[in-house]
Order: sequence, then structure tokens, then C-alpha cells
Amino acid sequence: MLTELKQENSYQEAFRALQENESESCVSWLARLRENAMDSFQELGFPSTRNEEWKYTNVAPIAKAAFHPQTRAATAANESGANELAGFSVAEAENSQLVFLNGVLRDDLSSLTALPQEVVAIDLSRAIADERYSEIVRRHLAREADYVAHSFVALNTAFVSGGAFVFIPKGVVVKAPIHLLFLSEGHRTTSFPRVLVVAEANSTATLVESYLGTDGGEYFTNAVVEIVLGEGARLEHYKVQRESVDAFHIATTVADLAPNSSYDSTAVTFGAQLSRHDINVTMGHEGAECWVDGLYLVTSAQHTDTHSVIDHRKPHCTSRQLYKGILDGKSRAVFNGKIFVRHDAQKTDAMQTNKNLLLSNEARVDTKPQLEILADDVKCAHGAAVGQIDQEELFYLETRGIHFDLARNLLTYGFAEEVIGKIKIESIRQQLDEAVLNRLNARLEA
Amino acid sequence: MLEIKNLHAGIDGNEILKGISLTVRKGEIHAIMGPNGSGKSTLAKVLSGHPAYEVTKGEVFYEGENLLEMPPDERAREGVFMAFQYPIEVPGVSNAQFLRLAYNEKRKHLGEEELDPLEFKDLLRERAKIVEMDASFMTRSVNEGFSGGEKKRNEILQMAVLEPRLAILDETDSGLDIDALRIVAGGVNQLHNSENAVILVTHYQRLLDYIVPQFVHVLANGRIAKEGGKELALELEQKGYDWLKTAAPETSVVGVQTNQR
Repeated sequence: MLTELKQENSYQEAFRALQENESESCVSWLARLRENAMDSFQELGFPSTRNEEWKYTNVAPIAKAAFHPQTRAATAANESGANELAGFSVAEAENSQLVFLNGVLRDDLSSLTALPQEVVAIDLSRAIADERYSEIVRRHLAREADYVAHSFVALNTAFVSGGAFVFIPKGVVVKAPIHLLFLSEGHRTTSFPRVLVVAEANSTATLVESYLGTDGGEYFTNAVVEIVLGEGARLEHYKVQRESVDAFHIATTVADLAPNSSYDSTAVTFGAQLSRHDINVTMGHEGAECWVDGLYLVTSAQHTDTHSVIDHRKPHCTSRQLYKGILDGKSRAVFNGKIFVRHDAQKTDAMQTNKNLLLSNEARVDTKPQLEILADDVKCAHGAAVGQIDQEELFYLETRGIHFDLARNLLTYGFAEEVIGKIKIESIRQQLDEAVLNRLNARLEA
Repeated sequence: MLEIKNLHAGIDGNEILKGISLTVRKGEIHAIMGPNGSGKSTLAKVLSGHPAYEVTKGEVFYEGENLLEMPPDERAREGVFMAFQYPIEVPGVSNAQFLRLAYNEKRKHLGEEELDPLEFKDLLRERAKIVEMDASFMTRSVNEGFSGGEKKRNEILQMAVLEPRLAILDETDSGLDIDALRIVAGGVNQLHNSENAVILVTHYQRLLDYIVPQFVHVLANGRIAKEGGKELALELEQKGYDWLKTAAPETSVVGVQTNQR
């Protein structure tokens, strides 16, 4: 308990330093927002397993570890070159990417030449300082991500400084995927990636959010991504979490959907010793649709937790959710998916599935799909499954001359493919295919 | 090529095969017929190495080797193939991927060089003609969403790619309409030659109009009740299977239950 307090104090210290450093440059509403968020974090503390939402995920290792929040000055001294980071790029987004190192934007590694001129993708602090965007940021920042009730959102919000602001004006169609690449290096570092995406009416875009560790350190990423979709806007969103195996990754994604907008999210989790992703989609207007899909593949002693909320508040909205998990070793996964269908939300069409494949006897999954329906004219279904590789499928492959181990890998790969296969960006799909196969020590091509 | 001697086998403690003896030489086509529950499919599964079936007695030699000691994948690489009565769907794995993997496993086993995706594509295109399969089937997941007939054709395509020495077709005719039956049978006939052998497991004589066996073995109660040439199949078609029950009276086997599946 004492160490936790000490750690909370070290965040407090870093927080004071940040507020002081930026006291001249920082606009007053932002300083106030941070202050409020810090107060909230001080009050909430780190969640304990007594908290129902954190029942299966113990964040004591994060609370106890002495992580150092990264400031701009500390990161500037870091000189990772473009060469060593090249391996993490996505070919399709070579000229539509923002690269962050320990949460701080690296202009020298970023390029936006493939984006239409009207599209804005800049450092969040620059957007706040720019009178063209400051109002938009102010209107939406910390509006959907609730820092009053959620510790990690509060902590992130207290440190809002850098990050990404992505703005797609009305009617603009962006072909190149916008890639936000968050790299972490060093030991005991903490970064607070913050992303605000505002897509105006009838715009179309693809957002890729990647998290990677460059040198396998024990660091802590605490990310918050807020997405606001205008009427008829369409956003494809990929979150690829491949942090180093010793890292901690806590992320919150919130999306607010206007009438007839479409949000298609795929979250892939491979890395981190402990990871948690909260994804909340609010369908507060008619005719919106969303896909909230994901894949987690964990092994050894990895622990991953997904909590999702899909909130149908108005009629005629559609949601589809497919989360698949592959667990090996002593790994553990938690899936908690809530779908709310509010009183007003007639003609809701909601489907939720969580399927888990256990490759070892020591792996464990706690899955809890939940439907809460208050409207009476709706179409809803949900289900969860936890199982092992099907023996008949295995035998079928063996009778074709495929060795037992390879057959097992092929079926596991096939299981993951249902999620990976939907990814429309070729090189990401390939990277993930490779990552799955590497994880399985398998070789497959074509 | 294949020598089955006094084979007894079953599942979950129930004996289904109660002493089967059968010899298959290269170049031959054998039909195994019999009523439901007679043990036809069990024989096919035991020969392909299904782990749920237990051999309690007897021996099976394939090319002089003890077949029963080989795991299923080794049997396959050695040239034993079974076309499933109910082919399994393998989601997420494309037909082309699957076939190339299986093909290359066999090549490696034989000490031959593996084919790369492009080389294999050519081979696959050529073999697909044998069962009149469209290229679009190659990119789809194995058997997923295939119709019954498409699944059976896909089995024969696998056979065409793997070129087994001994092919066991388990009720390949079931659920096929007449056009699909003709395609499937045509495929098997094209693949059959003087160096390989085919065992057709079937309930009906219909298939044998298209693939003509030299030998017909009729199973009843886990034993071969009658053997003959292709004319035996026609006789069965006329008389049905009922007369066999009197022809092959059950003799009790000590200590083994005789429940039928």
C-alpha cells in the first residue's frame, strides 16, 4: 500500500513539473482539465480487484512499479534513428504516418505527403495552440473518455500534452491509411498517448494505431483514443498492440457515432505482459452501424483483458462484435462485452460473439458477454465459446499427410484468420499473419 | 499392396469389425458393400488411422509394412488416402494453401523438392480439371460453405493432387446428384491405373455403374458375408441386404459386446 502511494506521488510530482513547465504556453482550459483529471486520479487511485470491472485483472504491478512519466525534455535527448524504426512502418502509410517515441511526436520520422491538403494530422498540443483547431479540440477532448470514473483515463488526461489530432473535414475521402505509430523504448518509462479523431459528415478514412516496443523494456503505455464521427462519416480503425513482452499496456477507445455513420474497429493484441483495452461505442443517433472486432493471442504468463460497451441509445442501429482469443502457456484472457439496448432503441440489430481457443491446459479465459435489453422490438444475439482444437478437423488434416503439430498450427492459424482476414490493409494483414505463424513456430505460405 | 488379416476393431469398447480378411493388389478396384451398421465405414476409418477406433486383434500390412503402427499422417504420406463421407470444413485456411501444404509434405517425405506457390498453382489448375472445379474454389476456405457435391468433388481433387497408391472412398456417392456422381466417378476413373488400387465403400450399387470393381465384398455384422465379382452388386440391388442376415448368422465372440452402431 505504501509503495502504491509512493508511486501515485511520483505521478503527482511529474504532474506538477508538467504544469509548471507549460504554465506559460498552456491554455487555461487545458491546465484546468489536467488539474481536474489529476484530482480525479488522486481520488480514485489504481483500481483494485474488488472493483467489479477489474475483478480478473490485477494492476498492482503497475501501481507498484516506479514508472517515470516521460516529459518532452527527457525524450528529446533520445536519438533513435529513422533506420531502426523503419521496420515498424506500414508500406501503405509510408507518407501518411505520425511516429511517436515514448509518446512524443517525432517530426523527423513522420510524413504526411500522401494526405489530402484539407486533412489535418498534427501533434495534439500544436492543435490546441492553433486557433484554427483549438475550438474543435476543446469541444471534443475528454468529452467521451470519462476521467471522473476511470482511473487510467484520469491519469492519461492529467498528462495530456502531446498526442495526435486528426481532423477529416466534411465530405473528404482519405485513401491512404493514417498511421499513428507509438514506439516505446527504455526501462520504467511511461507514456500517455492521446488521440482525438474528428471525422466530419460524409467523410471516409482509415486509422491505424500501432504500439510497439523497440528494445523490449518494461515500460507502461497508458493510451486514450477519442473518436467523433459526424453524420454519414465512415471510419475503419485498426489497433495493433505489439508491445514488448515485459510491457504494460492500458488503453481506452471511445467512439461517438452520429446518424448513419459507420465505425469498423479491429483490435489485435499480441504483446505486453499485462494489457487491458476498454472500447466503448456510443450509438446515440439513428442509423449508425459498428463492427467491434478483435483478436488476442497470448502465451507464457501474458494477461489480456478486453472490456467493451456498445450502447444502443436510438432506433435502427446495427452492431456486430466478434472477438477471438488464442491462449497458450499459462496465459489468461478476460472478455467482458456489454451491449445495452436502451428503451428508445427499437429495431436494434446487435450480435456479439466471443470465441476462445485454448492450446494448453494451463491457460484460462473468463468470458462474459452481456446483453441488457430495454426495448421490445429488437434482434439481438450473443454467445461465448471456450474450446480446444477440434479432433475431427485435426484428423482430417492428418489424413492428408500433414503432421500433427503442423495440423494443429494450421487450424489455429485458421481460427485467427477470421479476424485477421477482414483487415483491408495488405501489409498489416501480412505482418499479423507472420506474427501468428511465428508465435506458432509454423511455416505456411500462399 | 494391402493385406488385412482377421481384423477386429471397435469404438468405446464396442466391437464392430469381427474378423475381416481382405487382400488388395495394385491395379485392382474393390467394392465394400453392406447394410448400415455392418462396419463398412469403421473399416475405412481404421485403415486411415482414426484415433477413436481401437484395433483389438488382427493385422494390416500395406506394401509389406505394418500399417496399424503408423500414425495417420505417415499413412497418408506413404500413399494411403481416404475420401471422407462427411468432409470436414477448415475455416480460415484456403483450399490452395491446404493442398500445397499437403502436397509438399508428401514431396518432402519422398525426398523431392517442394513446389513454390506459383509452380503449385499450375499443377492445381491442371488437376482441378479432373473434377471440373472452378478456380474460385481454390481461394475459398477448405470445404467451408461448399455444397455436398462440391465437398465430394473437393475430396477427389485432393486425391488427384496427392496421387495415392491406395484410395479408400467412404460413401463418396452419398448425397450426390447424378451429374456430380458422374464427375466424381469420372475423376476416380481417370486417376486409377495399373499401379494403384481403389477401395469403394458404398451402400448402393449405383456408384458401381460408373466405377466398375473387379471384386465385391459384402459386410454384415462386422464380417465379410459374401464375396464375388461385379455381378454380386447387381444381385444385391435386386435382393436387398436382408437375405444376408440369414446367410451370415451371428456367432458369439467371447467377452465382447456386439452392439451395432
